[in-house]
Amino acid sequence: MGGNSDMPLIVNGKRLDGRRLDELRPITIEAGVLNRATGSAYLTWGKNKVLAAVYGPREVFPKHETNLYGSIVRCRYMMAPFSTEEHGRAGPNRRSREISKVMREAFENVIIKEVYPKTAIDIYVDILEGQGSTRVAGLTAAAVALANAGIPMRDIPIGISVGKIDNQIAVDMMREEDNFGQADMPLAITPLSGEIILLQMDGKMTREEFIYALDLAYSKVNEIREKQINALREFFKKSSAAVEEENGEGSNLNGIEQEGETQDSSQETNTLDSISE
Amino acid sequence: MVMVIDELKKDAIRELIKNGKRDDERGFDDYREGSADVRIGKSRVIAGVKLEVVEPFPDRPNEGTLTVNADLLPTAHETFEEGPPNEESIELARVVDRGIRAAEAVDLKSLFIEEGKVWGVFVDIYTIDHDGNLLDTAALATVAALHTMKIPEYRDGKVIRENLTPKPLLTIPTQCTFVKIGKEIIIDPTYAEELVADARITYCVGDNMLYAIQKAGSGSFSKEEVISLLDKSFEKRKYLLSLLNKL
Repeated sequence: MGGNSDMPLIVNGKRLDGRRLDELRPITIEAGVLNRATGSAYLTWGKNKVLAAVYGPREVFPKHETNLYGSIVRCRYMMAPFSTEEHGRAGPNRRSREISKVMREAFENVIIKEVYPKTAIDIYVDILEGQGSTRVAGLTAAAVALANAGIPMRDIPIGISVGKIDNQIAVDMMREEDNFGQADMPLAITPLSGEIILLQMDGKMTREEFIYALDLAYSKVNEIREKQINALREFFKKSSAAVEEENGEGSNLNGIEQEGETQDSSQETNTLDSISE
Repeated sequence: MVMVIDELKKDAIRELIKNGKRDDERGFDDYREGSADVRIGKSRVIAGVKLEVVEPFPDRPNEGTLTVNADLLPTAHETFEEGPPNEESIELARVVDRGIRAAEAVDLKSLFIEEGKVWGVFVDIYTIDHDGNLLDTAALATVAALHTMKIPEYRDGKVIRENLTPKPLLTIPTQCTFVKIGKEIIIDPTYAEELVADARITYCVGDNMLYAIQKAGSGSFSKEEVISLLDKSFEKRKYLLSLLNKL
């Protein structure tokens, strides 16, 4: 964030990648991409590539961190050394530790911790390629991984960034805009309640610009949520199809179970449908 | 022992806040008494500024550098432990750093010495006593320390610390921290109030300009709340500036 005006970020009303000010980069999400993790998601957001894994609820180590009345939530956000133009140093740094903290606090808001006392829920967010707004991309992916892991949540949060480039408010900051723009504001919002569970900002914004930026962020919530819900719906569709296939080749007893399974999975789909509306 | 007292106090504070009151009889948007140097209420922070000749960052070869570090000393509180910076101290340093940097408060361009040499400004935040709102206490201490910063002379490859030139800040950012307890939001929380808080939010502002925000904690804020707290931060700026004007 330098407010470095040497580099024009808007040319002929278009951003460097041809987007409008209120346009998101393309987003794809796939749920359940890892074998060992309880839940996982792979997300691409523009040129960002993010892998999110959830392990747990599982036993707490070290033991003294145990909460008798609920799960503890832990979160580790990290950028791979090869994720940016210059080679980064492996392992956590001050930036990644701060991001891990605010991300964990955001998820503590939605995870219903009381369901699994004395357990840990571990969230790992790995940025494989980072091209701006990686924390909100990571949070969006981790939310899908948590749902994929079956962790009870009040809502599936979304992440979104807004900011200021060439004196204009824009949504979804890409790397150059983040580096040379005038302000950057990542947020996480719970779509059902419309509450803000993560908010950071730095740069220069007037009160009016701040309000405009907030409104712009809110206007994109459903677009991002839809991607999450679709990823989960695809996952459940695929896994219930796999169950059906397995049962089809089995005995009569399996046939009965199959009916039960089909019913369950259709219910699941209904719930997701009703959420997305 | 400490935990037992804290738990009992937690309930008492939640109940007070719900009834529109605070433990020390302050209003919801009142700061504690304190001088501009380093104390807010019983919280105390010292910020030290040191200047060293350093190499500039490659992407900003003509600018000095600013580095902010925070150490939550075990002297300040029984929950602070010796050791490398933890999550809390990293966040504190980075939030203070962001506000000052975004405001472009330090005249980094004037800290150029010669090619390949610039002044590095090192701020060390030392928490001495902790009774809540270390964030704002540290921000005030840092701004006060930087505003009174003096640059040594650099001649023939030597730093002459006897010859000092004042280098006041170009603009003075002010920082306000709020916590949410139940449905109520209060400014400048004490340690006990921080313990029961669901969420925290910090704003760094200038004259009609927002520089930085940091939300923390597992609670949430509505859109309306984050806007009205920005207004409150602008309003409280006058009071915080009046403290710094005494410098």
